[in-house]
Amino acid sequence: MAIPASGSPPDPVLVALNRFGLGARPGDRDRMAHDPRAYLKAELRQPDIALISLDDQAYAGLPGSTPAIQASMAANFQRKLDRERMTATTAQPAMASALATPERVAHAQPVPPPAIPAKPAPPIEATLFRAEAQARLDKASRAEAGFVERLVYFWSNHFCVSVAKDNIVRASAGAFEREAIRPFVLGRFADMLMAVERHPAMLFYLDNQQSIGPDSRAGKNRRRGLNENLAREIMELHTLGVGSGYTQADVTSFARILTGWTMAGREGRLGEPGSSVFNANAHEPGDAVLLGKTYPAGGMGQAETALNDMARHPATAQHIATQLARHFIADDPPPAAVACLAKVFAKSDGNLRALAATLIDMPEAWSTPLAKMRSPFDYVAAIRRSAGPGPANDPGQSLNWLNALGEPLWQPPGPNGFSDQADSWASAEGMKIRLDIAWQAARQAKDIGNPNDMLDAVIGPSASPETRQAIARAESKQQGLALLLMAPEFQRR
Amino acid sequence: MSLLCETPHPSRRAVLMTGGALFAWAYLPRFARAADNRDPRLIVIVLRGALDGLSAVGPIGDPDYAGLHGDIALSLAGPHAALPLDGFFAINPSMPVFARLFKANQAAVVHAAATGYRERSHFDGQDVLESGFAGPGHVATGWLNRALESLPAGDRVATLGGLAVGPSTPLVIRGAAPILGWAPQSLPAPAGDLAARVLDLYQHRDPVLAVALQKGIDADRMALDGQIGGNAIKPKDRAMKAKGGLDSAAGMRQAAQGAAKLIAADDGPRVAALAFDGWDTHVNEGGATGRLATLLGGLDGAFEEFEKGLGERWKDTAIVAITEFGRTARINGTVGTDHGTGTVVLLAGGAIKGGRVIADWPGLKPAQLYEQRDLAPTSDVRGVLKGLLAGQFGLSAAVLADKVFPESAAVKPMRDLIA
Repeated sequence: MAIPASGSPPDPVLVALNRFGLGARPGDRDRMAHDPRAYLKAELRQPDIALISLDDQAYAGLPGSTPAIQASMAANFQRKLDRERMTATTAQPAMASALATPERVAHAQPVPPPAIPAKPAPPIEATLFRAEAQARLDKASRAEAGFVERLVYFWSNHFCVSVAKDNIVRASAGAFEREAIRPFVLGRFADMLMAVERHPAMLFYLDNQQSIGPDSRAGKNRRRGLNENLAREIMELHTLGVGSGYTQADVTSFARILTGWTMAGREGRLGEPGSSVFNANAHEPGDAVLLGKTYPAGGMGQAETALNDMARHPATAQHIATQLARHFIADDPPPAAVACLAKVFAKSDGNLRALAATLIDMPEAWSTPLAKMRSPFDYVAAIRRSAGPGPANDPGQSLNWLNALGEPLWQPPGPNGFSDQADSWASAEGMKIRLDIAWQAARQAKDIGNPNDMLDAVIGPSASPETRQAIARAESKQQGLALLLMAPEFQRR
Repeated sequence: MSLLCETPHPSRRAVLMTGGALFAWAYLPRFARAADNRDPRLIVIVLRGALDGLSAVGPIGDPDYAGLHGDIALSLAGPHAALPLDGFFAINPSMPVFARLFKANQAAVVHAAATGYRERSHFDGQDVLESGFAGPGHVATGWLNRALESLPAGDRVATLGGLAVGPSTPLVIRGAAPILGWAPQSLPAPAGDLAARVLDLYQHRDPVLAVALQKGIDADRMALDGQIGGNAIKPKDRAMKAKGGLDSAAGMRQAAQGAAKLIAADDGPRVAALAFDGWDTHVNEGGATGRLATLLGGLDGAFEEFEKGLGERWKDTAIVAITEFGRTARINGTVGTDHGTGTVVLLAGGAIKGGRVIADWPGLKPAQLYEQRDLAPTSDVRGVLKGLLAGQFGLSAAVLADKVFPESAAVKPMRDLIA
């Protein structure tokens, strides 16, 4: 990395706020300055810190995934009816005129000129998506250091779904993060894995709701069959990691084991519509061999046992340790750090709070230069925390920024999520967009005080003389703030 | 401390010093044409997610095709009849532009093709496809960038560098050779000299970001002001990002439209890479209509925009669309297809010796399928790419086998791809 070499380790307060957290709000530096490590650890001890609680006034009105999906199903049904009605009326003009009897024509009023149609209400899925986005952005602004939020984003990207898949995922992607990720970020990996893989959003995103055991009752009746998408991505991305030794036969076998994990449909034959259910009729009967072990026939429990085994597999520990170290320390993480995290993962049975605490205790986390780039979401969150909130109750601008920066919210290009390499976010196009965004944020910031004071509050005494001087000599407060938001100390973490 | 701090308005020279030495094409005098008046260009479109080659270009003459591909098989009958290319293959009806170019001998298909990768992970498959290495695990540089790097010093194509379209740089064109990044966007431009001040700060504190930002600013200016081909991109076209993004059908077309303007310029890059996501059709893939057909229609639109936008440069241009692997020959239990092996490479452009489907057809009987499930690969994608690089830029087989596609001496450049 081309950060000028510096003999001394980075400022620990900056490490805590930028490498581990979401950047400083005014006052944050002072609050943690006496012991940044303890400040981060205190976050890990706060009960329910990761949750977006619906009891909280700020988040009231967000539905769970089941009612969200039900709303989407109802809207889908209505849209279908509307389409059919429209086709029916346009397809049968002759019939319509034949029905126009003389009496009806006689009573007909002159047709009023068509009113300008009111702007149609946005689809329910878009409304839900925006409310969830607003909650996520609020939570980012309200977090203390934001380490736990960063962990949420890490796991949400590890177990990503994409709203581009369909309306069901668009309606439930935010609820998925609240229900399957947040409750477990300081809990057990195996519990998160289970919650993720049985969540309707994931079952839809990776097609398992349609996968049917070829020899199951449904498979024989309907001539439908396996879809191996979820099975493959669980092994390759969620647990063991690619190249860890599983074969195509393992993938197919696991796909059979996972058949029946689905979501109850609109008619509610299998359970409450939109909820996660096990459909025994679609489950492939019989024992199955996976990774050399036989899993006896056992309905839903067959996949639960297999998932539990994968969660404890040494390859999974290695895979998760590498990703965590890459995310929080460096693109090419120090091998000692990876080994240490893998050991803690294995010893603690995937205790994610212990893993997070280990990261804080790692000397490498405090000595490695701040050379990674903030991801687009972290960048936008850091802008809001330092320069003030965006338009009230409207996530539109932040969402547009994320789209432009190439990290649209809950819409990764594939099931492997967004890149976690600095190069991906330091692209020419990406940097130009960051410049435009920094300018827009600076222009709309209310009461910019003295940009030099903001530099002290957000970056602190380790800011380079060049950054300090550039801000001091800015031609306006707005330009000074934009320079702060573009400074290497603000971009890198 | 810097010049800038003393004078609030940077001189043009200061800006030049910032980015010029590393990436100067925006300011260079226009290049004279080569002696033979040929001015070759190569555009690489990466289709991420694994394109079902059997639904893009259907082997309708193969007696086993319709049975395997079931309801989504292409056919010459019905309201959405596929467009025949020759007596055996027909292309998806969502690609009329490609079919027209094929008839005009400006498009070709290589069928039953695959890279050397034989597993079925998208991400490893994409890394192999884009890095050009024999196996996964190489993610620093791509074959297209190394091809630029391998050209003789001072070569015009090498000097002009490459173009990466989209908010992040596709692996295929990452590397040491200079790359310009560009994507359509719609944020208000910063006022005053903010850009110059940030660049100056980066020059002193973070040279990597300095280079990236300078390139981004150059590209934006080149693409948006009137100097490229005389036509500025209209503001409404710039607003695409908020909508479907690069991967919607409209997005593919608009990305090609903008890229064509940059590439067509006399002093613009001669190679370009675009990546379109979303080809992973596990469920309800559709055949002649539906999800895949919509995507193919977008790709077809991209070909059309390149043809239009490149103008007289089209005759020297080769476009190649590649994907990490194919999909299962037999449709799965959800009227889609799972990860497979052999697929198609699509070639278009005035430089292509077209009108041909190039295939050593392996057949679709169970014993002929790869692992009894996928179209067996009989052509190596690297051979096609080598043939294009050799034909367009004169790279030797030795350089191609060593530097551009390491450890690939056994894969010979496919001959006669370029007219």
